Amino acid sequence: MDEPTLDAIIARYDDPAGRLLGILGEIQDEEGYIPRESLAMLAEKLDVRLSQLYSLTTFYSYFSLTPVGDHVITVCMGTACHVKGAPGILEALEGMLGIKSDTSEDGKFSITTDDKKFTLEIARCFGACSMAPVLRIDGNLYGYATREDLPAILAEYGWEP
Amino acid sequence: MKIGSAADLEAVRQAGMQKLRPGKPRIAVGLATCGIAVGGNRVYERLREIIERDGLDIVLTKTGCIGYCKEEPLVNISIPNKPLVILHKVTEADVEEIVKQVSRGKVPADKALCRVPSWDHVTGCTLEYGKGFSKIPLYEKVPFFKAQKKVILRDAGLINPEDIDEYIAVGGYAAALKALTGMDPETIIKEVENSGLRGRGGAGFPTGQKWRITRDAKADKKYILCNADEGDPGAYMNRNEMESDPHMLIEGMIIGAFAMGAAKGFIFIRAEYPLAIKRLKLAIGQAREYGLLGSNIFGTGFSFDIGIATGAGAFVCGESTALVASIEGRTGRPHPRPPRLTDIGGGLFGYPTDLNNVETWCNVPVIMANGSDWYSRIGAEGNTGTKVFSLVGKVDRVGLVEVPLGTTLHTIVSDIGNGGANNKKVKAVQTGGPSGGCIPLRLFETTVDYESLNRVGSIMGSGGIVVMDEDTDMVDIARYFINFATGESCGKCVPCREGLKHALLLLNRIMAKKGTKKDIETLALLSDTIVATSLCGLGQTAPNPVLTTLAYFREEYDALVKP
Repeated sequence: MDEPTLDAIIARYDDPAGRLLGILGEIQDEEGYIPRESLAMLAEKLDVRLSQLYSLTTFYSYFSLTPVGDHVITVCMGTACHVKGAPGILEALEGMLGIKSDTSEDGKFSITTDDKKFTLEIARCFGACSMAPVLRIDGNLYGYATREDLPAILAEYGWEP
Repeated sequence: MKIGSAADLEAVRQAGMQKLRPGKPRIAVGLATCGIAVGGNRVYERLREIIERDGLDIVLTKTGCIGYCKEEPLVNISIPNKPLVILHKVTEADVEEIVKQVSRGKVPADKALCRVPSWDHVTGCTLEYGKGFSKIPLYEKVPFFKAQKKVILRDAGLINPEDIDEYIAVGGYAAALKALTGMDPETIIKEVENSGLRGRGGAGFPTGQKWRITRDAKADKKYILCNADEGDPGAYMNRNEMESDPHMLIEGMIIGAFAMGAAKGFIFIRAEYPLAIKRLKLAIGQAREYGLLGSNIFGTGFSFDIGIATGAGAFVCGESTALVASIEGRTGRPHPRPPRLTDIGGGLFGYPTDLNNVETWCNVPVIMANGSDWYSRIGAEGNTGTKVFSLVGKVDRVGLVEVPLGTTLHTIVSDIGNGGANNKKVKAVQTGGPSGGCIPLRLFETTVDYESLNRVGSIMGSGGIVVMDEDTDMVDIARYFINFATGESCGKCVPCREGLKHALLLLNRIMAKKGTKKDIETLALLSDTIVATSLCGLGQTAPNPVLTTLAYFREEYDALVKP
């Protein structure tokens, strides 16, 4: 993230309440992850220690320190999704993408395909429980998902068998 | 324009009514997150195209969600002097026919879910839509709606959540006007106390008492907070309340701030709710424009404003001290109480702070509008009012259900939810999220109130009810929750951090059929220890899913282990 963009984000937070998580959240939304250089720049601009920002990014599950692929697929693992088969959806996606779920070094469940096209993540709950099981790709929700639906959904994002 | 008096509010109310009842057909598409996900936006766009193409005199707008998620996308049609008709499972392919019918003063009967001849918006406004369409079922005859009582969701799915005028049209902000110009803080707090309202985040602490403690704290500055972090998996009531009727929350906070003497409030909302954040920001902006937030509200000299603070995904931040740490920009690790938030030195930036859940705040306007006597007649003794539940999982009719407290699980799951999906037999429900427990079918006569749910080993929680059927493996459910709690433990205290991890290892071993009877006993003992010795509510309640499944479904554990 370049300096003017970061400055513009910081300028939106004039109240100390909610500032740090708000700024980090916007960096995450913009970049798909939190680049180390952005953290360092932010630490300098706000006069907070880099270690403090690092501790926030690793504590909160919304933030990731690992770059993501072109499309981020997030599988909801909430209770309703769990009882309606989310683990099976996750497993099917792993098979289709040829990756195996793992925890990355910052403790987040996130794995990216070798061609950097797709990143597979899990979420605690989207709060879209009525449509369980649910997955989200780049901000679009897909409810009532079945294994059979997955090839057609992923094809919208350039996936090929 | 600033609303400074009752006359100003009345002028806006009339203008808002022109939008709700424009004197010509009005089509409103349910566009909360779930409606959008199943194609609501495409239906809206198609409607817009056709209405423009044919140059029709039809008003197209959006609305929130009435809660019948199974039937989405939902579309409301109001034609002057006819009942409001709710269409269900609407697709783009239906749009041409809908518009054709509406332009002739009709509705496509085969798409109609129900009709609403008149609707009580509770806050002093009953809309009389009209008569006719007698072949379409009445709203109150629809099994999903029949046993419900809409108090909190009184406007949801009926007004445009992005237009403050429509909220004011159905009686919105009249309660704030009444409270700020006609009542003193003491009277307001008395009303909240007399209403019997208890915290809707799950713990059930008397709201009025919390307000009084905050008001009595001696400090030159106080804050009020709204917990909109809704971290319980399986719960989405708060999301819908904010997406469908955001001004209800803002109005509740204005009244609370006035009663407690706070000049600033924050809504702490999870980043995973982008639409709710967008609508709240829009609503706050509109309230500022009308002078309902800002300085000298209603000319009373009272000033108050609301900011948004986004959470970043940590279940433990539902705990009050962790939530405050999060807003202050620290990691959300709880500290022992006291000091409580309401104490000097305990709240946001050290100032006395009142924290209430979204739905608690949403109860305040109706209490002010209709009085505590009216409110306390809803629900049961000691458990007054209604509660919104998200009825999800393996139940036939999924959706948001609002019922008076004291309603039985049977009514919610069987009468409203129509039992198991795909004709499967319901086995249990899980209430209260990861802090709650699993309640077996034989206890479905249990009434849903704070004490009764505690007695059967669960909790009210924020309102998630996840239904499990004959195919659900209860040991797997226990493991699911312990896995969740292990991941969400902040790591500060040993019983929670280490205890849950070992409970998970035991459950993994049992699930892998490598466990013994002794492992089950160890699991029970470990669970009791975690409950007794953890620092905060997360650890103290995390073993509940294990303890309840051990109590009610022991045979499923026994079947997995060697003797």
